[in-house]
Amino acid sequence: MKHLLSIDDLDRAGIDELLDLSESFLEVTSREIPKVPALRGKTVASLFYEDSTRTRLSFETAAKRLSADTMTFSVSTSSVKKGESLRDTVQTIEAMGVDAVVVRHGSAGAPRRISEWIDASIVNAGDGRHEHPTQALLDTLTLRRHRGPSLDGMRVAIVGDVRHSRVARSNVLAFDRMGAQVTLVGPPTLLPESVDGWPSTVSFDLDDVLAEVDVVYLLRIQLERQAQALFPSVREYTSRYGLTVERAARLKPDTLIMHPGPMNRGVEIAAEVADGPASIITEQVANGVAVRMAVLYSLLGAGGAVV
Amino acid sequence: MSELLLVGGTVVDASGERVADVLVRDGVIAAVGTRLSAARTLDAGGCVVAPGLVDLHVHLREPGDEEAETIDSGARAAALGGFTAVVAMPNTTPPLDDASVVSSVLARGADAMCEVVSSGCITKGREGKELAPMGELYALGVRVFTDDGACVDDPAVMRHALEYSMSLPGAVVAQHAEDSSLAGGGHMHEGAWSSRLGIPGRPAEAESVIVARDIQLAALTGARVHFLHVSTAAAVDLVREAKRRGLPVTAEAAPHHFALTDECCAGFDPIYKVHPPLRTASDVDAIKAGLADGTIDAIATDHAPHAPEAKERPFDQAPPGMLGLETALALTLTELVEPGALTMRQALAALSWQPALIAGIADRHGGPIEAGRAANLCVIDPAAAWEVDANRLASRARNTPYAGRKLTGKVRHTILRGEAVVIDGTATR
Repeated sequence: MKHLLSIDDLDRAGIDELLDLSESFLEVTSREIPKVPALRGKTVASLFYEDSTRTRLSFETAAKRLSADTMTFSVSTSSVKKGESLRDTVQTIEAMGVDAVVVRHGSAGAPRRISEWIDASIVNAGDGRHEHPTQALLDTLTLRRHRGPSLDGMRVAIVGDVRHSRVARSNVLAFDRMGAQVTLVGPPTLLPESVDGWPSTVSFDLDDVLAEVDVVYLLRIQLERQAQALFPSVREYTSRYGLTVERAARLKPDTLIMHPGPMNRGVEIAAEVADGPASIITEQVANGVAVRMAVLYSLLGAGGAVV
Repeated sequence: MSELLLVGGTVVDASGERVADVLVRDGVIAAVGTRLSAARTLDAGGCVVAPGLVDLHVHLREPGDEEAETIDSGARAAALGGFTAVVAMPNTTPPLDDASVVSSVLARGADAMCEVVSSGCITKGREGKELAPMGELYALGVRVFTDDGACVDDPAVMRHALEYSMSLPGAVVAQHAEDSSLAGGGHMHEGAWSSRLGIPGRPAEAESVIVARDIQLAALTGARVHFLHVSTAAAVDLVREAKRRGLPVTAEAAPHHFALTDECCAGFDPIYKVHPPLRTASDVDAIKAGLADGTIDAIATDHAPHAPEAKERPFDQAPPGMLGLETALALTLTELVEPGALTMRQALAALSWQPALIAGIADRHGGPIEAGRAANLCVIDPAAAWEVDANRLASRARNTPYAGRKLTGKVRHTILRGEAVVIDGTATR
């Protein structure tokens, strides 16, 4: 594997392999000195066209724990001159000598384009509404650690703004590939315009699916969608699609609750639910570093010892 | 006295087909027949001798974006593509909403390698609010009025433009039919592919709601309306029905809307980004059917050059548009004539005499090929196979989506006002 641009780059065995590797890096991160020399001499650059402290830090921590050198290019929107070519920017970075570039960009497909222009390995750290493959991998790892070894037959509801969500696009693919049955839940205005070819079913009614699912995966609701006439008000959204305390009480006792963060407490998820026993949201974050170590190692560390 | 004889071809025009030589003298056709002779001959053996092609829809980028194209380079590309006349779209900087700008475009185009016909804006600044000085532009020869690149969204403004055009005989209001609110923020066809790729979409209905509305406004006002680059099955159906009702409606389609689909966007390469966007396979079928039954009058390229760096941006940040002048004829022959969807004469109707009528230049373009007519001709070798090489295009830009594609049919010679501007596929100046 040269790049990780989409979950489509991986088959089930490939995902399992990455998750197995992640498990061994989880062990590394629990050591007193959580560092291995696997990528010594390699350079990982992070190129973030969007602010994202948590994803950037997660990748940089992962690179450092593998002993790679790291570079950060924070491209604030204001400093990107209009009309500046993306290609020029990444070729400049390549000229400094990098082995991998971790790219977060507001435009769908930007990492894919970059991978066609430079030789370094490209990791998609989120591109527009398209994909966020490492998020899907860490979510899959989190579920596998709870219900593994496989996700076969597991019923997952992904709830909320699927239309504008790169997390949803990656997770639908990853969950399906691992054997889970995915239902997308939300108002029609926040579901994809077309689900032709999506390995998932669709429901407009959260209460309809709650009692049956093994996992409720909540997406962050962007408040600006209200101004685009996509839903009437936050209050109405919460009353119809929020995981309130009342709704959470109707879940099966072993149903898990997930969220990619950052959460709008009191909107898509009640604070008591987010902090409750069914929530595995903090584990998702904790697993992120190990998964990103596994990805970087797989792309750059071929031949070397893992630990 | 300049003299030229096209020898051994099959003459095809609106009146039919016959094997004949064509004698051109002093810019006009002197004779069509056999046993003619002239000081200079050009071989047309195995070729179709047709009226020069007419493109209703090109972006020459001058003034304002001469890095992408100039009137000279665009006209050269046109001549190599078999075109003897092109209608230049008004979305230049400044736009063609003012007599001085139109005059300068016409002056710059006067000695270009094809006739450069200027369109004029419908509204000032293409903003869709106040009417541009249509009468002043008409006096300079403008017949096609359009805000192309922008839709005239406001139905009252569109109605008034149509009404006003009734005082300008031969004028036509040409609509870029994409409702800005429905299409706004979108970058490709809205459907299965856009949903999968996470690229905001432009729904087919953005086009069809405007086509439906403007057909009703054409009925209300009695004015001619022309639909630019029709791309959807729904719009084709609406135009077909409007024509059945006898309304003064015409339509064009671009080669990319019958040669490519939205699946091309799967690799996020903005070389495939265009407005209106590449549609589905069933839309492609509808465009072909619309051309075959005459619902769509013309094939127009929407030739839209962009400098390389403009297409080296992410998909949603790149400008829409693709080159078309040097590939339109071959795509028509390869995709439509060879498989039998159109006859050669239907293809030439859509590429030559029908657009000449719509543009108001049928006095000198689009045939018929007979003595006394202006010698604007193109000689086509329908069997010549070639492969598109982006680096060998005459256009200043390189944004062709067809690089590497094998096509059949090539322009051998192009004759503009009696001058052979292209001989054996090579520009003579």
